[in-house]
Amino acid sequence: MHLAPIDWIVLAVYFSFVLGIGYFLKRSTRTGNDFFMAGRAIPAWVAGLAFLSANLGAQEVIGMAASGAKYGLATSHFYWIGAVPAMIFVGVFMMPFYYGSRARSVPEYLKLRFDSKTHVFNAVSFGVMTIFSSGISLYAMAKLLIALHICDGPMDVLRIPHSWAFHVSVFISALVVLAYVFFGGLTSAIYNEVLQFFLILAGLIPLVWLGLKNLGGWKSLKAHLPNPAMAHAWMGLSHAHTNPMGVDWFSLTAGLGFVLSFGYWCTDFLVIQRAMAADSMNSARKTPLIAAIPKMLFPFIVILPGLIAIALTPPVSPNASVPISQSAGVIPIKRDEATGRVIRKLDGTPELDYNMVIPALFKRYYPEGLLGLGLTALLASFMSGMAGNVTAFNTIWTYDLYEHYIHPGAPDKHYLWMGRGATVGGILLSIFTAYLAARFNNIMDILQLVFAFVNAPLFATFLLGMFWKKTTGHGAFWGLLMGTLAATLHQGLTLPQGSLPGLSGGWIMSLETYPSLMAQNFWTAIYAFGACFGTTILISLATKPKPEAELSGLVYSLTVAPPAGEQPFFQRPAVLGVIVLILVIFLNFVFR
Amino acid sequence: MGLDIRKPIGWLFICLGFLLLGTGLLMPPASYQKSLGINVDFGWGIILILGGIFSLTLSYLAAKKLKK
Repeated sequence: MHLAPIDWIVLAVYFSFVLGIGYFLKRSTRTGNDFFMAGRAIPAWVAGLAFLSANLGAQEVIGMAASGAKYGLATSHFYWIGAVPAMIFVGVFMMPFYYGSRARSVPEYLKLRFDSKTHVFNAVSFGVMTIFSSGISLYAMAKLLIALHICDGPMDVLRIPHSWAFHVSVFISALVVLAYVFFGGLTSAIYNEVLQFFLILAGLIPLVWLGLKNLGGWKSLKAHLPNPAMAHAWMGLSHAHTNPMGVDWFSLTAGLGFVLSFGYWCTDFLVIQRAMAADSMNSARKTPLIAAIPKMLFPFIVILPGLIAIALTPPVSPNASVPISQSAGVIPIKRDEATGRVIRKLDGTPELDYNMVIPALFKRYYPEGLLGLGLTALLASFMSGMAGNVTAFNTIWTYDLYEHYIHPGAPDKHYLWMGRGATVGGILLSIFTAYLAARFNNIMDILQLVFAFVNAPLFATFLLGMFWKKTTGHGAFWGLLMGTLAATLHQGLTLPQGSLPGLSGGWIMSLETYPSLMAQNFWTAIYAFGACFGTTILISLATKPKPEAELSGLVYSLTVAPPAGEQPFFQRPAVLGVIVLILVIFLNFVFR
Repeated sequence: MGLDIRKPIGWLFICLGFLLLGTGLLMPPASYQKSLGINVDFGWGIILILGGIFSLTLSYLAAKKLKK
């Protein structure tokens, strides 16, 4: 992809604003509270958009467009079922405990509510996961820049060999994130996330508009899709074999809509940290509810390009011999990175490289200028994803591990210094992870699986901890371990259709075959949640709970409901939650 | 925290808007064959500038309200 000077200028303007914000905020970041918690002074709408953007890494933008091209509008379930209900729940019911307790992080809530072992288990696993995610973000960004040959021009000018493209991409991106998080801490990350949110809109809206215009509108787009069900969110979901995702409505709503979604949006410190930085309890509760409104509309910006791209890509016959330089349509054919050979499915049909949907559409529709803006939007989303992980990591390391277990009682300045050090350390570890990903793809897949197993049962622990006062620390800890074990066993005993035993499952033995990997993942989550829930209850009944006096502000029945304040009726969290719920039900109905 | 984020958003959008607008004015019409013959740089540039002005106005009004 050739970039004109104007495209580079657009990129340069964006980077100067990002760094400028970090530099400006350096002056007002003087205490640990400023650096790690943004001084708890962030207005609800800013926290809300940051809550959304922290999750909006480019893997999400690129991945959802890819999924849209592969599965169609059913991908919107990752938003409408797999995000919005959980965002309403965390805002209305859980935020009072996160914000109202004295906790500065999600793992610290576990320390206050339960005990040190549950705290350390969650803090360590989450800390490692943030580094891993941040490294994957760096790796994915470098791979995209290389695939599009974006750095080739400047590297030629600077006489840097093209084989260094990976190093250049990784180090420059890491340095930019380091600069603005190091100086401005969480405030800088949050402010840049808001900036990035608007940039993503500015970079992607014209793409959808041009694509729809080219195809002749929504009705014509539907007519061009290879399968009419791709324009519907719920068509064929009565059975796993009648839809391209290979899932049925139960595993979708229970696995994705309940366990995975609530497990992520209600317990992941990466997003909760944004709400905990809000300027009041009311703002903190409204943060996820405000985020839910753009979240439910995001399928129209990230999934619709996938539908447009597949509508513009004619089906390829299994026996077509595809020349190396030619693609089937908008979406290029997938090739082996080392040999350049076309990758084919079992029936001989060439595989499409769905991850290239967005760049391919940029190439097709965007002239000079707008192309720079589109690429800026993609880079912005990579960076917001990475910065979110880095700020979560520096807080978990400094407050949850260093202050509690390594060096307690030091002055605030010391922890501020440690936070900045952890930012540098976190970025260095992310760079290391990016290289690890580039070298050993399998290690990354294994790590991703391990984290999925650790995360799957987490919501059961929080649900019981917040809403059942008899839950004990032993119950929570062993529940988490049993949930992780159940997830591991389930994955080791089942296999998605068409896969060989190994990382995809069945590495113990194959007792059951699921129609798709997605179905297997949803059921793994359901079993993990069930095992954690059951074990936590059983062990809690057999062990002694904390005295009620220690649980005030941490458990629902022992906490006074936060006052509604003087805000208008429709701005109250519960009312907002109902409005958001009605809107998302409406969207599901319209696109059923 | 001493910075109203609407200000940098506003200025960034105005800068980007003018860059696109300028590109749209200077580029020959043939350059817009890709975008279905529509000069999207010009049109989207204007929308970005308006968005930027809107953001700055909100920031100005909020500061005025705070002063009162």
